[in-house]
Amino acid sequence: MANKILVFIETFQGQIKKSSLEAISAAKEISSKINFEVEAVAIDKNIEQAETLSNFGLNKITLLKNDQLENYSPSAFTKILSDHAKEIDADILFFSHTSLGRDLAPRVAVRFEAGITTDCVELNIDGSDIIASRPVFAGKALVETKINSVKKIFTLRPNIFHANKISDANAEIITKEVNELDLSSRVTGIKKSADKIDVAEAEIIVSGGRGLKGPENFHIIEELAETLGAAVGASRAVVDAGWRPHNEQVGQTGKTVSPNLYIAVGISGAIQHLAGMSSSKYIVAINKDKDAPIFSIADYGIIGDALEIVPALTEELKKNK
Amino acid sequence: MKIAVCVNHVPDTATKINIGSDGNSIDPNGVTYIINPYDEFAVEEALKTKEKLGGEVVAISLGTEAYKETLRKALAMGCDNAVLIKDSGKRDSFGIAKALADEIKNQNAEIVFFGKQSVDYDNSITGQLTAELLNYNCVSIVVDLKIEGNKITAEREIEGGREVVETTLPVVITAQKGLNDPRYASLKGIMAAKKKTIEEKDAAPYENKVEVLNMKKPPQKQAGRILGSDKSAVTELVKALKEEAKVI
Repeated sequence: MANKILVFIETFQGQIKKSSLEAISAAKEISSKINFEVEAVAIDKNIEQAETLSNFGLNKITLLKNDQLENYSPSAFTKILSDHAKEIDADILFFSHTSLGRDLAPRVAVRFEAGITTDCVELNIDGSDIIASRPVFAGKALVETKINSVKKIFTLRPNIFHANKISDANAEIITKEVNELDLSSRVTGIKKSADKIDVAEAEIIVSGGRGLKGPENFHIIEELAETLGAAVGASRAVVDAGWRPHNEQVGQTGKTVSPNLYIAVGISGAIQHLAGMSSSKYIVAINKDKDAPIFSIADYGIIGDALEIVPALTEELKKNK
Repeated sequence: MKIAVCVNHVPDTATKINIGSDGNSIDPNGVTYIINPYDEFAVEEALKTKEKLGGEVVAISLGTEAYKETLRKALAMGCDNAVLIKDSGKRDSFGIAKALADEIKNQNAEIVFFGKQSVDYDNSITGQLTAELLNYNCVSIVVDLKIEGNKITAEREIEGGREVVETTLPVVITAQKGLNDPRYASLKGIMAAKKKTIEEKDAAPYENKVEVLNMKKPPQKQAGRILGSDKSAVTELVKALKEEAKVI
């Protein structure tokens, strides 16, 4: 029987996450080099537009359903996924390195007796081994890792791998009802931050720091972010000062991000902040201090007062829409 | 109630990282080590839990002699006891979790706190691995926690919000920033911590499942262009983002 990679498809309220499509494409690319089959599995009450999964060149897609699985249940998902991986005799599992992925993958690793390497940003093949690169120290260094156990689990950083549709592919979708559920831990409610984009998932981030002078001026960051369809980020200094919530913090004790565009406003660029965002594809810095470290990694810089420049930038973007 | 908190000893986040001569770990020269920042939230929550429910808090760490400094910090904050499981510090997450799970079992702790990740290797899985090895429930990336009798209600951070997780003891909780405000160690606490004995043990042997082949510095981004020093520069910036970078 062929060796298999199983990709866990993460859904949120029935919607397939984009990062899962990225994981499928990464698995497909690796599998073509080592001649593995790729299957996918999703667990939910109901999965909308599951047919989109059939265009990614998968060998098989399994949807495991139960009405009580509308929300995440760490215990139920661990059991269902571990059992499924054993049943189909998977060798390798791929997850997205999301909040759910990093919760679920290590538990499955224990049940599946798999070595696990997380937050991978590059996958290569050496002979028959998968070599995974991952940032450490929030991106201050990179390591290449190899899993030596028979079973292997990789979690992939979102926004790094590209989701590539293969138009002529048409994979079989199998739906199964799951009967026995271990609901000893389960999600009973969701509190959404009012329609805001999360920095961890954003393609554009506008971050503010001390240069904004006070929390009352952060609205200019929010307005710029809204114009760009971007997430709002913050430096540790302003989070620790209580100006902004901690879930917006970018850096070594916040989130490590790699968006297409990162606009740092009034952020000087402390080493722990740079570590968390320097892998962004393009960086714009707006700062009064021409010697601020942020300019050393910025593609484009404007030296000046954020309170003056940011509203002008928002206006200019609106004009160009 | 017996409460355990697992703490790690990591390079200060303000430290520059250089690659060591072995090519697969960092050069420790000139590096200041601190308690892992997320573990401070874990220690604080462990102490708050003890203050509410009674019992004792044991701090556990796996590492070299140097890790005692971090255990002393946990003791100074108010932990009752500390255990150092001696290890060279080269284990993968699975191996760390195995050694910690053995000690937690030995301590008979019903509630166990971890930081949600260590800011060195950033795996963010040790707490969850430990929970599964112990067959404990687990809630990771927790920003709010309530314990009532046997029942746990925790809020964990997800992309764009939080989810409320209900479960029961025994449980592993991994702490995210925002869960609490860690206390400062009092002078009295620091003095008392100096006098306490840190119990030392050897870990059961373990063979790594994950091997680090090499470590290197990421490609350094180069400084680009300064477009101006007043608001007239925004026109050129928008043009550059549209036409050169093509990101908007």
